[in-house]
Amino acid sequence: MNEMTLTGWRRENNRVGVRNHVLILPLDDLSNAACEAVANNIKGTMAIPHAYGRLQFGEDLEVHFRTLIGTGANPNVAAVIVIGIEPSWTGRVVDGIRKTGKPVEGFWIEQHGDINTIASASRKAKEFVQWASELKREPVPVSDLWISTKCGESDTTTGLASCPAVGNMYDKLIPQGIYGVFGETSEITGGEHLARKRAISPEIEEKWFKMWKAYQDDVIEAHKTDDLSDSQPTKGNILGGLTTIEEKALGNLEKIGHNSKFLDALQPAETPARGPGLYYMDTSSAAAECVTLMAAAGYVIHTFPTGQGNVIGNPIVPVIKITGNPRTVRTMPEHIDVDVTGVLRREMTIDEAGDALIDNIGRTANGRLTAAEALGHREFSMTKLYRSA
Amino acid sequence: MSIPQLLVHNPEDNVGVVVVEDLKAGTDMLCVITKTNTAFHLTVNDDVPIGHKVALRDIKSGETAIKYGEDIGKIVADTKKGSHVHTQNLKTKRW
Repeated sequence: MNEMTLTGWRRENNRVGVRNHVLILPLDDLSNAACEAVANNIKGTMAIPHAYGRLQFGEDLEVHFRTLIGTGANPNVAAVIVIGIEPSWTGRVVDGIRKTGKPVEGFWIEQHGDINTIASASRKAKEFVQWASELKREPVPVSDLWISTKCGESDTTTGLASCPAVGNMYDKLIPQGIYGVFGETSEITGGEHLARKRAISPEIEEKWFKMWKAYQDDVIEAHKTDDLSDSQPTKGNILGGLTTIEEKALGNLEKIGHNSKFLDALQPAETPARGPGLYYMDTSSAAAECVTLMAAAGYVIHTFPTGQGNVIGNPIVPVIKITGNPRTVRTMPEHIDVDVTGVLRREMTIDEAGDALIDNIGRTANGRLTAAEALGHREFSMTKLYRSA
Repeated sequence: MSIPQLLVHNPEDNVGVVVVEDLKAGTDMLCVITKTNTAFHLTVNDDVPIGHKVALRDIKSGETAIKYGEDIGKIVADTKKGSHVHTQNLKTKRW
């Protein structure tokens, strides 16, 4: 990528996006239908329906707002229409996104009905998409890229090839000034002694350890019926040869490379604020939930190692799939962006696998559609902390 | 070096990972320790699917399985060198 000219859209707040979406964003489940109607009316816009947004409260509601505001604020998004059932919470999302300086407008359904709301929102969406279509890419430095990672349907090949490829990418690009992030709180279990040593300071190590321990105590111990062996590792992981959570965690941690310390332990969807470098985010290990939170924190490209073949995408962030499993490449090649199976045959080094990923990141940033984008994978999954009121 | 059938992360490990499809019992496997790039041979006792583990030595019930040079759980049934290691003889020490 050092020889490649990177291009992107520099937004009003100076962040760089690699996509130019106009979003039709529902505040709540009730507004999905109106949003989908607007996106159907106005070509080049995208609705991202989701399941929640009513009667949430406390930290669960804060995660909901952070996720929606962060999604709209992501630099891969040029402009946003927000539709909600009523004006107050709709306005909170609009105001949050407006801080970036990008065009955003809110509409609400009560006292208007779906049809009038759809008509008004469609007129504004048409204006936004025509404006966005004239925005130009410009050359940008690699340091403007924010690159997240999370793996899925892992197996033993992810620990041997695809996760170390991501780690190698971070070891090369973090010194060039990018932002990175990893998460998956339950999936560090068995490797927590290694993860905590990667904190930048004793203060952040303590913050991270409390986050990890809280999940063990407050969620797993409180809710498990027997143990977690049916869910972590997943049935797919076990088919792929992973036997225990410890084994899975050690493979997972290969993604952060060898050289970087993490600068902070972020809440779900929290934007990093301690400058360029690696971060940890408290997330589920469920792929769509995790990638949705990382996108909401402002990351613009996601690197996704898979073993058995997780097919996830995201509406606003290109998700790059990397695999080292030759059976997965043979049986589901349409889902794979970077093939590092050569590592298993000892024909490719981890250094070369990292370079192949970096090359694909550059091409993806410059506009190449990922497999998930071409196949229409737009999984947008809100994280829910507890039952609504 | 020809293509290995088994990769081992670390010299301290007592299990390795099958990296080829359709491996049959009785195969004399070329094994490589990736950390040190050193090779050895081992005969596999079972048909083992790609991605699954094989014991590198006899491991007694109660011993710890080591991969990446780290603890990945406890062996719960005596396991012969060259035999398949998975949910039938390896359990987490966590939940």
